[in-house]
Amino acid sequence: MIDWGFVLEILPILAKAAIVSVEATLLGFALALVLGLLLALARLARSAWMSTPATLVVEFIRSTPLLIQIYFLFFVLPEFGITLSAFTAGVLALGLHYGSYCAEVYRAGLENVPRGQWEASVALNFSTAHTYRAIVLPQAIPPIVPVLGNYFIALFKETPLLSAIAVLELMQTAKILGSDNFRYFEPITLVGLFFLGMSLVASALNQAVERRLKASRR
Amino acid sequence: MSESPPAGQPMVRFENVTKRFGDLTVLDKLNLDIAANEKVSIIGPSGSGKTTVLRTLMTLEKINGGIIHVDGEPLTHMQRNGGLVPADERHLRRVRGKIGMVFQQFNLFPHMSAVANCMEAPVHVLGLSKAEAEERARELLEMVGLGDKMDRYPSELSGGQQQRVAIARALAMRPKVMLFDEVTSALDPELVGEVLGVIRRLGAAHDLTMIMVTHQMGFAREFSDRVCFFHGGRILEQGPPDQLFGDPEEERTRQFLQAVLEAS
Repeated sequence: MIDWGFVLEILPILAKAAIVSVEATLLGFALALVLGLLLALARLARSAWMSTPATLVVEFIRSTPLLIQIYFLFFVLPEFGITLSAFTAGVLALGLHYGSYCAEVYRAGLENVPRGQWEASVALNFSTAHTYRAIVLPQAIPPIVPVLGNYFIALFKETPLLSAIAVLELMQTAKILGSDNFRYFEPITLVGLFFLGMSLVASALNQAVERRLKASRR
Repeated sequence: MSESPPAGQPMVRFENVTKRFGDLTVLDKLNLDIAANEKVSIIGPSGSGKTTVLRTLMTLEKINGGIIHVDGEPLTHMQRNGGLVPADERHLRRVRGKIGMVFQQFNLFPHMSAVANCMEAPVHVLGLSKAEAEERARELLEMVGLGDKMDRYPSELSGGQQQRVAIARALAMRPKVMLFDEVTSALDPELVGEVLGVIRRLGAAHDLTMIMVTHQMGFAREFSDRVCFFHGGRILEQGPPDQLFGDPEEERTRQFLQAVLEAS
C-alpha cells in the first residue's frame, strides 16, 4: 500500500526535478519554434539550394527516433570534438526533433495564405522580407497555434527520454529515488501525476488561446 | 534616375513580348504602345491573354521574350555594360513603383483595417511618416466614398466597398499607371456600379494612365480612349470604342461582341 510518509519525503525532491523538466520543455520548444519557422521558409524558398537541404533535414530528423538523436548528441558528438552537457544535448535534441515537426505545421500555415496576398504585396512593391513579416506570417500563424500547442504538450511528455542521458529531470529523479529506497510505486506514480496535471493545465491554456484567436479573427 | 518620357514616347510599351505557360503561348510577340494618360480597355475571349498583359506589366509573371518599357525605361530588363540584361529585384522594385494594380479578388489584407491597408505600403515602401500616410489614406478613402468606413476590416465590408478600398490602396502609392484586372467580375451585379463610378471619376480627375481588362462592354465603350480586342495572344483589332464596338472590321471581333451581347 501507499506509504504517505515516503510520499511527503520525496515530494520536494520531485518538485525540484519538475522544474528541470519544465525548463527543458520551454527551452526545447522555443528552439523548435524558431528552427521550425526557418526550416519551413527554407523549404518554400524558390531556390533549390535552400529547399532541398531543408527538405532532407526535416525528413531525416522526423524519420529517426528522438532517443537515438539524444544519444547521438550526447555520446557521439564528443568523438568529433563537440562535448555538450547532458541538459544542453537534451534540449538541443528536443528542439531539433520538434523543430522538424513544427516546420511542417508552419508550412501548412504558410501555404494556406492565398496567392492573391503575395500578388498584392508585389503590386505594392513590398520587399520579400516585409511581405513575410507584415502580410503572410500574421495570417499564417493564428490558425496553426492550436497545432503548435499540441506539439508543446507532446514535447513535454517526451522529456522523460532525457533520463537516458542522466539529466536530472522528473523521470531520472524518480528512478534514482526508486532504486535508492527499493520502492518505485510512489515515485513513478507521482511523476505520472505531475505530467497529467501539467499537461491538463497546458491543454486548457491551449484551448483558451484557440478560443481567443477565433474570436479576434471574427 | 527617372526621367519622364520625351514627348510622344509611350508610357507603356510592349515590344515583341512573348509569354508561354509550358507549351501554351499566351502572349505571342505582342506589340502595344500606350500613351501617357491614355485609357485603354482590353477585351477578348477567356484565354486570349488579356489578363496576362496586366500580370506581366505588374511583374507578377516573367516574360519569355521581348521587352516591356514603362515611362521611358525598360521594366523587364536593365542596362548593363552597354547591353540589356534581365532585370534584377532592385531594378524591378524601382521601376515597378510606377505601376499600381487592382485585382478581381480585391486581395485586401484581412488582418488590417481599411485605413491600415492603405497606409502599409506608403509607410514601409515610400518611407512616409505614419501621420502623412494616414492623411493620404483618409483623403483617398473619402474620395472613393468610404470616409465613414476607415476603421472597418475587410470582412466587415461588402465586395464593392472592399474593391474601392483596394483602389484607394493602389492610388496611395501615387502610380503613373493603374491596372484594373476584371475588377467587377467578382461583384454582385448591384455593386458593380459603385466601383465603376470610382474608376470613372479617377479617369476624369487624375493624370493617370489606365489599362483595364473588362467584361463590362458598356463601360469600356463610354470610358476608354481605345479598345483592344485580344485573340490568341495578339491584338486582333484595336481602335476608338465607337469604331470597335460600332463597326468592327474583323469577323472574330464581331462574333465575340455578338456573343457578349446575347449573354447580357
